[in-house]
Amino acid sequence: MTSNVRRYPGFGLFSLIFFVYLYLPIAVVVFYSFNANRIVSNWGGFSLHWYTTALSNAALVGAVKTSLFVATIATVLSTIVALMAALVLVRGRNVRFRRVSETVVNLPLLLPEIVVAVAVLILFSEVGLTNGLLKLTIAHTTFCIPFAFLPIRARLQGMDADLEEAARDLYASAWVAFRRVTLPLILPGVFAGAMLAFVISMDDFITSNLLNSGGATTLPVYIFSLIKQGVSPQLNAISTLIMIVSVVLATVAFLLQRRQ
Amino acid sequence: MNQRPKLPGWPKLSDWNVLGLLPAHLIMLMTLIIPVGIIALVSFSTRGPYGGFDYVFTTAPYKQILFNEGWSGELEFNPQYLIVVARTVILSLATTIICLALSFPVAYFISLQKTSAKMLLIYLVTLPFWVSMIVRVYSWIIILGNDGVIAKALRALGINENMGSLLFTDTAMLIGLVYSYIPLMILPVFASIEKLDPALVEASHDLYGSRLTTLRRVILPLCRPGMAAGAILVFVPCLGAVLEPVLLGGGKTMMMGNLIQLQFGAARNWPLGAAISIVLMCAVMVFLLWRGVQAMRKEGREASA
Repeated sequence: MTSNVRRYPGFGLFSLIFFVYLYLPIAVVVFYSFNANRIVSNWGGFSLHWYTTALSNAALVGAVKTSLFVATIATVLSTIVALMAALVLVRGRNVRFRRVSETVVNLPLLLPEIVVAVAVLILFSEVGLTNGLLKLTIAHTTFCIPFAFLPIRARLQGMDADLEEAARDLYASAWVAFRRVTLPLILPGVFAGAMLAFVISMDDFITSNLLNSGGATTLPVYIFSLIKQGVSPQLNAISTLIMIVSVVLATVAFLLQRRQ
Repeated sequence: MNQRPKLPGWPKLSDWNVLGLLPAHLIMLMTLIIPVGIIALVSFSTRGPYGGFDYVFTTAPYKQILFNEGWSGELEFNPQYLIVVARTVILSLATTIICLALSFPVAYFISLQKTSAKMLLIYLVTLPFWVSMIVRVYSWIIILGNDGVIAKALRALGINENMGSLLFTDTAMLIGLVYSYIPLMILPVFASIEKLDPALVEASHDLYGSRLTTLRRVILPLCRPGMAAGAILVFVPCLGAVLEPVLLGGGKTMMMGNLIQLQFGAARNWPLGAAISIVLMCAVMVFLLWRGVQAMRKEGREASA
């Protein structure tokens, strides 16, 4: 009886419909990616043809390489920077302007992404930077920092500070205490933050598209150019492949966070 | 006398605080804070002859948002950009409200499940968020398009034989926006429902509160912090949305995000683009400040109570 009064009739059905709404579009893309017919919405039988054409598409492979390169460097840089900032903001004593400092670290989340994109575009044009890959890497590192920062901060806040202090009491140097006690304990948070930064970088369209003049085309920008040419089964195959990778990454991140 | 024992804290030197924060702050300063200042400068600059801009002071870009300049330099009111601003705000508000309405029952339902089922459902809610944004928006082109899934289904059922395309409308954009951002609403709402003490709900029933009264007077007010957090997470990115208006709005019915992008791309009017960026940023700041003030007032009330 106690749990009865908390239940509301219809919420279950509503949730079911909601999950259908959430997954139907994804299912449609996956379904049509196996369509043998060139015209997307006319079913012409099952085929893996579009996967083979997608995987042998040199422009696509090039875009994937660009994205992976940018995302990898941006992830490493932003995670290191975010980890340093989180250690100070959570563990540091007598940090002045803690609130403002934290807001600055999270700044990319407070601005609409198009404003971030315009900011770096104007910056690079004023500085005269023309290397496309370098521009992308700098911009991605910037907006990945808060995504790496938040999980690390959460993990640090959930960790018992006494453990570090015990290590220090036992004459561990600050560095040893960090490397042997703090870092292993917050590692899941660091991984989750890095993963989030990686996915955000791989997924970015707005900034990469606006900067897209230096000849470095990322995967979402390439997909956008394909969509502009019209819906095609090959596009569905590419989308499906991306979704598979995303699902694997999301699952790993989810399991990591669950361990917390 | 009253001396606190000195604890062997991790960063002993206060300099460590500065050093640790330096990279993050330096990056934000160089790539965002100074450039946003430059955007403000550009928004008061003259448009260059071949795109770009010259640092010659003018308020023309802001005037251009409201007026057309006639042949003899007279200003003629033109609401074209104002309509874009209004559409952006209205669509963002509508998205936030729809997300709120959809999120609450789903989050509530999830919170009633057993732990393992709860975990699975939360995983399912977050999963689409990890899937590429552009792919998720693109999927709606297949569904809403001229010969899309919905048109086909309606034709097969004989309901609507010649339905025009649902694409390139405000409705299509709204559907896309809700779809893109709803996970950001469900998670904080779910978190606040989880914190809710079931005893309060039962107490309300014991005192003869009906289900609806309990929902309205007990559950919803206690979930307000989560809803407010979710509203910020959905509303702010909506204001700057680019993909949804470009792909589902077809570039004709614009929002501020793709209007800005257009000025820095094909239209080559950087000062106008910068001016619209500043307007967009101000809108976001006003909203965030308003929320901040509300939160502070609430804190104040709770502290005095």
